[in-house]
Amino acid sequence: MDHLSNFCLLAVVLINFYCLGSARLGACIQAVALQGALLALLPLTEHGLSGHTLFLALAALAMKGGFIPWMLFRAIREVRIKREVEPLIGYVPTLILGALTTVAAFIFADYLPLLPEHLGCLFIPVSLATLGTGFLLLITRRKAITQVLGYLMLENGIFIFGILLSEAMPLMVEAGVLLDLLVGVFVMGIVLNQINREFSSLNTERLSALRE
Amino acid sequence: MLIAVIVVPLFFATIVWLLPSHRMRSLMLPLGSGLQLILSILLICQPPIRNLAWIGLDDLARLVLLVTAVLFFACAVYGLDYLNLRVDRDNHIMVSCLLVFLSAMTLAVLSRHLGLLWVAVETTTIASAPLIYFNRNALSIEATWKYLLICSVGIALAMLGILFVGYASLSNGSEVSLQFDTLLAEAPHMAGPWLHAGFVFLLVGFGTKMGLAPLHTWKPDAYGEAPGLVGALLAGCLTSVAFLAILRGVQLMGAAGDLDMARHALLGMGLLSLTVAAIFVIRQTDIKRMLAFSSVEHMGILAIGVGIGGIATFGAMLHLINNALTKGSLFLAAGNIHRAHASKKMSGVHGAMARLPLSGGLFLAGFLAITGSPPFGPFLSEFTILRGVFAGEHYLIGALVLTLLATVFIGMGSTVLSVTQGKADPTLEDNGFRDRLLLVAPPLLLLLIVLMLGLYLPEPLSQLLRGAAALIEVQP
Repeated sequence: MDHLSNFCLLAVVLINFYCLGSARLGACIQAVALQGALLALLPLTEHGLSGHTLFLALAALAMKGGFIPWMLFRAIREVRIKREVEPLIGYVPTLILGALTTVAAFIFADYLPLLPEHLGCLFIPVSLATLGTGFLLLITRRKAITQVLGYLMLENGIFIFGILLSEAMPLMVEAGVLLDLLVGVFVMGIVLNQINREFSSLNTERLSALRE
Repeated sequence: MLIAVIVVPLFFATIVWLLPSHRMRSLMLPLGSGLQLILSILLICQPPIRNLAWIGLDDLARLVLLVTAVLFFACAVYGLDYLNLRVDRDNHIMVSCLLVFLSAMTLAVLSRHLGLLWVAVETTTIASAPLIYFNRNALSIEATWKYLLICSVGIALAMLGILFVGYASLSNGSEVSLQFDTLLAEAPHMAGPWLHAGFVFLLVGFGTKMGLAPLHTWKPDAYGEAPGLVGALLAGCLTSVAFLAILRGVQLMGAAGDLDMARHALLGMGLLSLTVAAIFVIRQTDIKRMLAFSSVEHMGILAIGVGIGGIATFGAMLHLINNALTKGSLFLAAGNIHRAHASKKMSGVHGAMARLPLSGGLFLAGFLAITGSPPFGPFLSEFTILRGVFAGEHYLIGALVLTLLATVFIGMGSTVLSVTQGKADPTLEDNGFRDRLLLVAPPLLLLLIVLMLGLYLPEPLSQLLRGAAALIEVQP
């Protein structure tokens, strides 16, 4: 089972890079959806099949792999945008930054006082790398929708870490966390639509009237 | 009863969608929150009850529950009249989101499980975002977007912090649980580095929600563009709830014997908040943004109080009540002034006391209260905190705090006096809005409570404050 976990985690890292380098929003949403779906497999590969893990996997698959991407696709169709034009930092520099973040995450994870059974496993470095990539997307992109994707990626990173502890999380709380994420993205989708209506654009740099 | 106090507002929030008339929907607001207030008070006065596994009531929770329930009820009564003034706006979303917001805050206060606490706090973010967007214009959408994104990311980091705390107890080799009492019991055996990292992330995450500098950037925008009523709830209730969440982290650190590290972190952020607020409050021309920076300042004072410890912690607990109620009163009064002048900038508001004697007077009195003038409550609590600072022989910090408090007083004073004093400017358009009973009584009542707290602290309340402070002070 470990091979499968590692395969999923490596795929997650590749998707991180894909999102950093791609200009097409549709492709980015698909990539984040695929990432969510891959993550949904992890509770099963890590903890084996049980009611709890099955529920977690199915719920994560439905939310992260299905429902949220569907809402985002609807949002970009309504506001008719396809591409992220002119990010604040170009694609190549962000890719390099992403690579540095990932390397740093792997090195840093080696120094962490991990439990013996987690030594050398990919969960923690990949979690940190995904977290960092999410932050990069949040900071470097101008379109509000890419920022939502960055937020989702950040959540994915935290989800990976959470899998190590999924025994500590009661089912109700897991469900609550996923539901909050869903409703949060739903509200963000509505706000996106309103931003577009108000400014005829989704560029967040237009959102700069409020400042000191 | 513990469950009822959470479910009652939710129940009223669903009823809202079944009611056909605007006025009846507005009426659900004071009804739902009034019932919740009664239940909360019954719950607080009860002798200690057996906690359920995930929700329970300790003295800290009692204190914050009392503050949120009282302030929310005052805002709900205000909201009844406010929404009736604005029949042009559909109030389905406003009323139901307000009630869901109340329910989520109550859940956050009562939760004894870190996962549940997180879910509840995140729900408050989502439920309050539509409230900020009530005015549906370009500025409010910008404020909503910043609020939603910054707070969601912040809260996500708090989740990471919670997971770190869980990992810390995992390395102990025992059964992992995020149930708070279990964690407190296990804290002395937790892996130090993970617990410390967890606390830092909790502080950053919930600190974003609370608005401690440098994580406060959403605050002036959100408070500035939200209706006065929503500003009052965000600045009074939500910040107190977020502070409670941070205090849970402090409790864990205390149980693990690392209280000093937690205190230093809080002290640093508190001083930074105070400094940032003092810089930005000067020459602030927008009264609601000015109040937002004042909120940053008071979050800083709360953090300093707990950061110093001893008697200052007691002062911080008292300050939590004082700040929430005074801020509520100020925002409600500012809402009235904004409404009457159709402006919240210094350039558009002059002589508010001439046009709105009560709201203008309340705004001025609220300013005196919040900046710590006697005989109001904040004077007493800030004085107690400063006593703690000097008793601990932190003279440098004490001098710095006093200077910054004086700066804030002068900075806020010049704005507030220019807005309230003088003749009503005849060139400014008069839209006929005058003081109305239901729009003035709630802030007046809140300010009277604050005044009473400054003159006389009832024994049961003082006992509650001591109990709450003792929970944070526990050393293993």
